[in-house]
Amino acid sequence: MAKITLNDLRHSYMPNPQNPADYALKRLDLEWKDGGAYALLGPSGCGKTTLLNIISGLLIPSHGKVLFGEQDVTRLPTDARNIAQVFQFPVVYDTMSVYDNLAFPLRNRGVPEAQVDKRVRTIAEMTDLTGMLKQRASGLTADGKQKISLGRGLVRENVNAIMFDEPLTVIDPHLKWLLRSKLKELHQKLGTTMIYVTHDQTEALTFADQVVVMKDGEVVQSGTPIELFEKPQHTFVGHFIGSPGMNIIPCKVSGGEVHVGARKIEVSNASKLGDRNGTFELGVRPEFTSFAAAGLAVRVAKVTDTGRNKIVDTRLGDLSIKLLVDNGAAIPSDGAHLAFDTARTQVYDNGWLAE
Amino acid sequence: MNKTVNQKAWFFVLPVVILVAFNALIPLMTVVNYSVQETFGDNTFFWSGVRWFEQILQSDRFWASLGRQLFFTFTILAIEVPLGVAIALTMPKKGPWVSVCLVLMALPLLIPWNVVGAMWNIFALPDIGLLGKLLNSIGFDYNYTRQTGDAWFTLILMDVWHWTSLVVLLAYAGLVSIPDAYYQAALIDGASKWKIFRFIQLPKMKRVLTIAILLRFMDSFNIYTEPVVLTGGGPGNSTTLLSIDLVKIALGQFDLGPAAAMSLIYFLIILLTSWIFYTLMMRNEEQ
Repeated sequence: MAKITLNDLRHSYMPNPQNPADYALKRLDLEWKDGGAYALLGPSGCGKTTLLNIISGLLIPSHGKVLFGEQDVTRLPTDARNIAQVFQFPVVYDTMSVYDNLAFPLRNRGVPEAQVDKRVRTIAEMTDLTGMLKQRASGLTADGKQKISLGRGLVRENVNAIMFDEPLTVIDPHLKWLLRSKLKELHQKLGTTMIYVTHDQTEALTFADQVVVMKDGEVVQSGTPIELFEKPQHTFVGHFIGSPGMNIIPCKVSGGEVHVGARKIEVSNASKLGDRNGTFELGVRPEFTSFAAAGLAVRVAKVTDTGRNKIVDTRLGDLSIKLLVDNGAAIPSDGAHLAFDTARTQVYDNGWLAE
Repeated sequence: MNKTVNQKAWFFVLPVVILVAFNALIPLMTVVNYSVQETFGDNTFFWSGVRWFEQILQSDRFWASLGRQLFFTFTILAIEVPLGVAIALTMPKKGPWVSVCLVLMALPLLIPWNVVGAMWNIFALPDIGLLGKLLNSIGFDYNYTRQTGDAWFTLILMDVWHWTSLVVLLAYAGLVSIPDAYYQAALIDGASKWKIFRFIQLPKMKRVLTIAILLRFMDSFNIYTEPVVLTGGGPGNSTTLLSIDLVKIALGQFDLGPAAAMSLIYFLIILLTSWIFYTLMMRNEEQ
């Protein structure tokens, strides 16, 4: 077990990358503590899987270093890195029984059979496979096969890290929830570093202590779920995380004052604005937006009842601004005005939080 | 709702029925007809029951041909299947060389069978053929027209040259259909090259290999043109395979009855073996 450091990491699938667009991963500097639960979150094609494969050694980066503890492993082959990985689609060895599948990573490493047996039974218990140990793996459902894949990822002790590449994609929703909480529980029990790749924010936020949000091969923000929610560093994070995502409203900044249309808005980072020239946007989450007697004039376009609360979709010209209100709250039908919670309202300069 | 009964639909299958009738059913039934009758020419036939079948099954000649046939078929299967898989494993999975390899592999399959026979006939001639001359010049006493062992060696070598690529192409198709994730998972699991072959590649190739073995079994059991052009069944009868023997009886001696009976026995052997093999493979699959 060790700390994982990514140092100036870049990767391109082309032999001679010329411009930044040729890179699947653009300059990454990250440090992951030993024993942490991390999530890599981002839309498809943002470089999550590339990064994962670099860490596991399936890919050698075009540039930069990967360190486990103090050891440089950038060019070390996969089997020398002592790492486990679970893939998006189930990989099972068809001709083997479930038991042999789970035992495979251990037997390949010459673990004594008595210990293999103990380990396989423990893992089978955790992944709910005990009753099927004797069955042939090829006969299982997609769910079952993915549980085998998960089991094979977890079966080795003392690995440097276990990585999950969207492992629950093929699992049905009910079981998804169950397995996710099980993984979280396992993390607490084993204390192994776990890196979880997903495009699903709920998965990322419930699993990880630290979430790394990626977009177009770059890390946009790395932080705890609360940080990502309350202080998104980039409008992308604001919009990607949260349901519904953050409201992004174009605004004007002059002399430290922020205006949307003709109305002045108080923001938390007003003092940081200074004399900037850029494209400014106001970011405020639906949770921190409310109806008020006076404020930004909007019209109500649509109300969606989610059961727990209501999502009100209002319009400022063509721009949609959403707010989250309690079930019982009154919704003005005409001439609505919006107020923002100043402490949770920030100005973004070219997409990035003005600091 | 009323169900409309319309028998006109049968006309749509008529072309297929006619085609199958003329190229399979009618010839086969003619053979069945011959196998139970005797003729002295003049298109007059007499009922003879199962006499021809008894005669064929009791003749040493038939069993000798069958023995040579089985030896031939199992020898080429034992060489072509492992060799084909081994070549498929070494072929590149992507890049410009893929098409080069595929074309090279397809070449022998495109050559007409009698040309293959003629090529090898000349290639192996001890006095002027490249192979024959070369073998003799490095000290082997090689003459496929006179020595039984040499004739068999040439016959098998020719078939391996001609047909291994079929196994290669099928095995290769099975190999490239394995998703990368399997190899990645195997690396993570610390599997050796042998284990990757044994537990990933081989199981994934099983279906195509079943087809390859079936095709090669049936084809080699029916083989006629190439050995006839190469050795003509000789020296003596030493490379007379079933089909060659059959043609000798039917067209050389014009014994239509025994030839027809032998054809049917021949046909049943292939059918039965293929069925047993296929059933075994598929039952294995289900377990």
